[in-house]
Amino acid sequence: MDFVFLYETFVTLISAIPTTLQLAATSVAMGTVLALGLALCRLSGIAPLDWFARAYIFVFRGTPLLVQIFLIYYGLSQFRGVRRSMFWFILRDPYWCAIIALMLCTAAYSAEIIRGGLLSVPHGQVEAGRACGMSRFLVFRRIVMPLAIRQSLPAYSNEIISMVKATSLASIITIMEVTGVAAKLISETYRAIEVFIVAGAIYLAINFVLARIVVLIEYRLSPHLRQAPSLQPVAAGEMK
Amino acid sequence: MTQPSFLDLIGSGPDGWGPALAAGAMMTILIALAGYAIGMVFGALGAWAKIAGGPIARGVAGTYTTVLRGIPDLLVIYLFYFGGSTVISAFGHLFGASGFISFPGFLAGALAVGVTSGAQQTEVFRGAYKAVHTGELEAAIACGMSPFLRFRRIIAPLTLRYALPGMGNVWQIVLKESALVSITGVVELLRQSQIGAGSTGRPFDFYFIAAMIYLAISTLSGALLQFSEKRFTRGVRRG
Repeated sequence: MDFVFLYETFVTLISAIPTTLQLAATSVAMGTVLALGLALCRLSGIAPLDWFARAYIFVFRGTPLLVQIFLIYYGLSQFRGVRRSMFWFILRDPYWCAIIALMLCTAAYSAEIIRGGLLSVPHGQVEAGRACGMSRFLVFRRIVMPLAIRQSLPAYSNEIISMVKATSLASIITIMEVTGVAAKLISETYRAIEVFIVAGAIYLAINFVLARIVVLIEYRLSPHLRQAPSLQPVAAGEMK
Repeated sequence: MTQPSFLDLIGSGPDGWGPALAAGAMMTILIALAGYAIGMVFGALGAWAKIAGGPIARGVAGTYTTVLRGIPDLLVIYLFYFGGSTVISAFGHLFGASGFISFPGFLAGALAVGVTSGAQQTEVFRGAYKAVHTGELEAAIACGMSPFLRFRRIIAPLTLRYALPGMGNVWQIVLKESALVSITGVVELLRQSQIGAGSTGRPFDFYFIAAMIYLAISTLSGALLQFSEKRFTRGVRRG
């Protein structure tokens, strides 16, 4: 094992970590908003909205992410209307194309997770909220949403981790994130195994930290599942 | 010169890419099937190690699933494609060949897809084995079945029955992952679309039809899986 080479690879790859994290964070944040909209469409009971959300989820879950990225990055430039539109400065930039594709894709997967969370809220809770005189929006904001978030967190951490892995596809449209830099190093040095070990360790570390953070949030959000902190026994004579 | 219409592009006429795209789709299915088969082997071995293995086997299987589920598939494909070439070239030098010998892209792709899906398959099989009632195993022992007979008649059929939904999910993931194999130059569906897009200047049309073909394959195989699931759980009482 050539430790000097491993160390140099590590230093080179570290500089690419911010790009990976930015891609993942931006697309997950934007994707969550879109997913919430889709989940609400699915649950709205309005047929056209429901069918739109169903079709969207079906298409984006049934096609490979790489095809979606190519469709947005290479495909849209086929149309003169797109090239002349005001959005062209976004759509010609591989970074934003990658974010848009990742966002659209994660929204389809997250929508089902969020829908499951929303459905898991017991009806009695909603009725209790209504009985207290809360408006529908207030019930959603104070009762349904917090319970749904807590319920869907474990599944959501899987989705976040798979998004971190999916950012590697951005390297195919020239973005130099961790996998992109690793591929460049491999083609320069022909030492695939060493570079793979370092890059793989970086991804594992990122995903491990993210998974721990989600577990921590879940722990904070579910105090009702833990034993209440026991009170100090007080002798009768000391009572005041 | 007039631009060929979308239907001309996907047809089999003089401007048509239909046959080429169909061949690409067949290649995609082949890669996915090969990768899936390799993944089944890895999954079965991994599950066996996790269930019945000693501390070392369990440790190896645990590391395997943790690592392969935590790193991007693309990185694994790079490893097999470039790493395989390095190993083969080194062997070539031993036998007097000179220069760089490239590893076949199909093999690298199928292996990479197989190893990554094997990690998911391990968990699917392990979960399915856990769902088998201990009473059934005890009954088999009470009937005097040997361990092999027990595995063949009781454990394997029941585990496969419980594993079917999870195996279907893994198949869908493998099918979509096979698109990444296009970077090794194997002319599967996505690579064929790239070639078509490059030579006609119609990227949207080609990637759109590629997406539709992927959607069709995954929908059809999904329906097939659902049918087989229904068939193999005929004997199970519902509700």
